[in-house]
Amino acid sequence: MRQPRDTLKNPQQELRIFRLRSLLAVVIVLLLSGLLAGRLFYLQVVQHEKYSTRSEKNRVRVEPLPPTRGLIYDRNGELLAENRPTYNLTLVRERVDDLDATLALLVDLLDLPADQVEAFRERSRQRQRPYQPALLMSDLDEEQIARLAVNRHRLPGVEVEAQLLRYYPDAEAMSHVLGYVGRINTEELQRVDAGNYAGTHFIGKTGVERFYEDTLHGQAGLRKVETNARGRVLRELGHTDPVPGENLTLTLDKGLQHLAVDLLDGRRGSIVAIAPQTGEILAMASVPGFDTNQFVTGIDVASYRALQQDIDLPLFNRAIRGSYPAGSTIKPFMAITGLRDGEITPDEVIYDPGYYQLPNDSRRYRNWLRWGHGRVDLERALEVSNNTYFYSLAHELGIDRIHDSLAQFGFGTRVAADVYGQGTGLLPSRDWKRARFDQPWYPGETLSVGIGQGYLQITPLQLASATAVLANRGDWVKPRLVRETGDVPMPLDLDDTPPDVELEHAEWWERVVSGMEQVLSGNEGTARRAGAGLEYRMAGKSGTAQVFSLGQDQRYNADELKERLRDHALFMAFAPVEDPQIAVSVIIENAGGGSSHAAAPARAMTDYWLLERDHGEIPPEEEADIEGEG
Amino acid sequence: MAMVDVLLRRPHPVKPTASGMSRKRSLWERIHLDPWLLGLLLALMSAGLVVLYSAGGQSMHIVIAQAIRFGVALAGMVIIAQFSPATLLRWALPAYLVGMLMLLAVEIMGDMGMGAQRWLEIPGVVRFQPSEMMKLAVPMMVAAWLSRRELPPRWQDLLVCALLIGAPVLLIARQPDLGTSLLVAMAAVFVILLAGLSWRIIGVLAALAAAALPLLWMNMHDYQRQRVLTFLSPESDPLGAGWNIIQSTTAIGSGGVWGKGWLQGTQSQLEFLPESHTDFIVAVLGEEFGMIGMLAFLVLYLLIVCRGLWLAGAAQESFGRLLAGSIILTFFIYVFVNIGMVSGILPVVGVPLPLVSYGGTSSVTLLAGFGILMAIHSHRRLLPR
Repeated sequence: MRQPRDTLKNPQQELRIFRLRSLLAVVIVLLLSGLLAGRLFYLQVVQHEKYSTRSEKNRVRVEPLPPTRGLIYDRNGELLAENRPTYNLTLVRERVDDLDATLALLVDLLDLPADQVEAFRERSRQRQRPYQPALLMSDLDEEQIARLAVNRHRLPGVEVEAQLLRYYPDAEAMSHVLGYVGRINTEELQRVDAGNYAGTHFIGKTGVERFYEDTLHGQAGLRKVETNARGRVLRELGHTDPVPGENLTLTLDKGLQHLAVDLLDGRRGSIVAIAPQTGEILAMASVPGFDTNQFVTGIDVASYRALQQDIDLPLFNRAIRGSYPAGSTIKPFMAITGLRDGEITPDEVIYDPGYYQLPNDSRRYRNWLRWGHGRVDLERALEVSNNTYFYSLAHELGIDRIHDSLAQFGFGTRVAADVYGQGTGLLPSRDWKRARFDQPWYPGETLSVGIGQGYLQITPLQLASATAVLANRGDWVKPRLVRETGDVPMPLDLDDTPPDVELEHAEWWERVVSGMEQVLSGNEGTARRAGAGLEYRMAGKSGTAQVFSLGQDQRYNADELKERLRDHALFMAFAPVEDPQIAVSVIIENAGGGSSHAAAPARAMTDYWLLERDHGEIPPEEEADIEGEG
Repeated sequence: MAMVDVLLRRPHPVKPTASGMSRKRSLWERIHLDPWLLGLLLALMSAGLVVLYSAGGQSMHIVIAQAIRFGVALAGMVIIAQFSPATLLRWALPAYLVGMLMLLAVEIMGDMGMGAQRWLEIPGVVRFQPSEMMKLAVPMMVAAWLSRRELPPRWQDLLVCALLIGAPVLLIARQPDLGTSLLVAMAAVFVILLAGLSWRIIGVLAALAAAALPLLWMNMHDYQRQRVLTFLSPESDPLGAGWNIIQSTTAIGSGGVWGKGWLQGTQSQLEFLPESHTDFIVAVLGEEFGMIGMLAFLVLYLLIVCRGLWLAGAAQESFGRLLAGSIILTFFIYVFVNIGMVSGILPVVGVPLPLVSYGGTSSVTLLAGFGILMAIHSHRRLLPR
């Protein structure tokens, strides 16, 4: 198998072979070098442009500069929503020399709780992009900041970062009307202009904060920065300043709002006050409220669940979403409807035996006074809140005309120009009933609507708004919450302001108003106790609403059952009669026995607005006039 | 004999009493260094330090550290150059055996839960990477073996060589260090090829190697496979494994013909480039000095390779010749693989750019190789013939 072989080595042959092979190697080396050179030519000459662009994109990053959110003031310039700087302690791992020593020093300086340090260590174990500041502690107080400043040189990589955080000084009283901001969620990110919100962490969730989000937010600025691949900013190449959000001046009066909340005194209910001539919402309270500041930083699950499951529904904005039977507060509007449609005149008298019977029907629709009020005209019907009068009127008008007329006062619609989340209440009609129940409208149901019961449901805001229209003798001004955005006053005439309500004889307005004045001032007035000692002329109407439940899923326990079956107390009023400055609606849930419970708060509201408030703008002699009329 | 002398252009023997004419030549002879090769290497290292200053984030610290390593490595080169090829031949087997023992030790320690353990360490005293030493020890062993056989090598010789090469290469690949194992294998294969392995056998072996590729694939670690896949389509994983390739090709491409200028490369200065001062330093070179700079370095490398091959060809004995040729070709493979991977025509394997990339071990090994090269050349006339 093995050939006999010359065991002598042959140096010449070996050298020859080696030289040949090295020559071949040189050729291959040159070929491979040519391949590299070709690759370089392709990258650096042929594709140069493409890679230049890519390299440029790598280098320059555009960073958004979030605008500062606009502030919110009340009508007197009192701050209702501000931006407070809070300070967070952050740590950049890459710049910290000795993490353990640094943490130990921080624990020493700040009394940092051990579990917070442990949590931080846990978080920093997870991989993250380098040079990203990691949050170690939020909301530092001034002493802590000072201690850090003094020890700054010993703490490389440790930084105190300022962040503007929304703060509501009157959180509880203003919670529903003002709303609050919270962290943007993904759903909201899809709604807003992503570019403009790129650096923004908070967005208006409800209330004014939500409705005026665009105004308050402002325009984001841009900063072109040179960065490295780790996102570390090396230098700035240019920037556009952000445009801060505009400040809002609300129509609300902080004092009146607080008064409204105080008047409700922890009872579930709502008070809305409107300046009739301008539509300015002066107060809009829904009690109970909650601390909106909790929601800015992110409320914890337990607290949120507690709020959600609270039987008093603190998160529910009763003023704009609560639906209540109007009760007798609907009667002035029924009266106007009857007058306008010619079914009654102010002097027409009906006889009340204590009940009303539909023709060809034996069922008796009772007055609240079993034995009746006897002879009743329009004004007395309002003063004593006679049901029979309005049963009769409702029957003659029929549901169709009642529906159309009440709609003109704003019932069944969202009345305010700039209030987020308004409910519509319920203004029933034949069509509605057909669609809802697939049933015809029965005449008896018209009678119920005529005294504010049955299917009819209103919101406190609607009632206040309709009262303002009544106070204006039919002139519509849409309720609004904002007076000025930036320094620009909000226009009074809005495109979608409903048409004014008109009567053939203008003095008929005064007859209705007169009847309402008697509610507070007349001998038989249902709210005469609340009207005692009036220093100005005030018109009002009480109402009692049979109970309904706010939510289907509400759970009642036996003790509360009784209380929550009581009637709701309602009152609507405006004053002064001859020159209305304020229209109020008050609704107190389950206040029980008699509507006077709601009349007193209404009186307190008008008293405050007309007498007690420090009017900068009202001259002294005018005040004397009011005094004289009382 | 005379003919051989002419072929090798052997210089006249140096006389103990050197004349004034021959003193200059004799200085290099006496210290056993090749001035041309030394000059080229020093030029390369100096240029490398300039690039490193930029690539290392303009840190003088890194440059000085590298310069010190170069100094140490050069000293090692000079020392090695003083030994005769005969001494190196005697060392071949002991060096190979010691290397194998250390590789086994690493293997055992690796099994003891150290993960990708490539170092042997006596804590506080010395840290040593045996696989690095095998880059020289394995070709030495193979060259020593073959130089005692009749050349060109036959099948039987190949079988022995395969064992000599396969054992350390497998151990290194298991560490896992695919790059080094391939370089070690290549250095040894170059010895066999230069020894005159017949083309027929080369063809058969090449076919066998191609057939074994799937087997290799199956024995690869996941991250090694990932590298190959990423190489085939870097855009598929732009933020992960493909990031390096995308960023380095972007750096090179954006450099254009003339480059962005020293310290002006945005890709490298802004830390978009990973490992910019080690394996990916070519990207910095390409970005800041452009195609001109790249070609200049390439030419420098080619000059070194050519001078090295010339020195190898001038060696008198098979062992020295084969070892020297293998060392210089392996040196080129470093260059080719490194530039090829950074410019995106080869998968990413951890191969530094010789004498430019930051790092001590490879510089020491490379310059030790050049020391051997110079020893083989400068000691030849002292060989008894």
